[in-house]
Amino acid sequence: MNDLDCQHFVEQVTSFLEGGLNPDDEARFLAHLPLCDGCERYLDQIRQTVHALDDLPTTPLSSDARTSLLDSFRTRRP
Amino acid sequence: MRLLACRSPVIRGYADAMEAWPAEDVLVARLRAGEESAFTLVLDAWSGGMLRVARSFVSTEESAAEVVQETWLAVIEALDGFEGRSSLKTWVYRILTNTAKRRGTREHRVVPLSSVDDSGPTVDPARFRPADDPFPGHWWEFPALWPTPEQGLLRREVQDLLAAALAELPDRQRLVITLRDVEGYPSDEVCELLGITQANQRVLLHRARAFVRGKLEEYYTREAKP
Repeated sequence: MNDLDCQHFVEQVTSFLEGGLNPDDEARFLAHLPLCDGCERYLDQIRQTVHALDDLPTTPLSSDARTSLLDSFRTRRP
Repeated sequence: MRLLACRSPVIRGYADAMEAWPAEDVLVARLRAGEESAFTLVLDAWSGGMLRVARSFVSTEESAAEVVQETWLAVIEALDGFEGRSSLKTWVYRILTNTAKRRGTREHRVVPLSSVDDSGPTVDPARFRPADDPFPGHWWEFPALWPTPEQGLLRREVQDLLAAALAELPDRQRLVITLRDVEGYPSDEVCELLGITQANQRVLLHRARAFVRGKLEEYYTREAKP
């Protein structure tokens, strides 16, 4: 089993998180983690990035649009 | 198909928000019976995300709002034809993406889902040791530590930065990361919605995440300087 280097590790992070690595690649990925604080940090920062995106506030529909859609629903449904 | 089947533990927020949600068949029945409270429920829960997704296809906020409006009108019209082969939300999102694509085409802003321009490293190669180094391909310097979420990630400034980073992404990457990470949509449904393979989706998602991480890194590095 060849060692994975950091430059390849960072490109496999999403595949790893998605469960998309084949068993050999996954084993290499996991073997690298405890050896490298930099890559552990990189993986964690990708996770933090996803988390931060999940927290983004949404812009609601304008109240005019909302009112008009509720009107349409009332009119067109039985 | 359940929308909650997210395997990734980072997408918990989505499931939490859905706890008080009526069962799918109950919801559909109430909508078909013309119950306004049911329509209000889906309208308020989904429109914000729909606006964001629509914005990935069209060139202005106004266009995106029109796409969402048009989508809901189509949903109202077509409710009786909903066969439950996908979840209601996926069905609504499919109408949304079709509407948005049509609109995007009219505005000459098509998102080409088949081209392959997403290659090359996602982290600057200069950050790794070269081939003739005793440790080729390893970090010269580890990525800097980030502040804990309490100190940083929830701040308004960071949210603005994330929104700007998303806007900067190539269309296809923005679409995938918006659906997956911002909206918490499971990967199989995103593939189905966009008509792309898992492998293709993973590449787009990875490039987008690496780009956004890079923007956060720049920001935190800047902030850390006295």
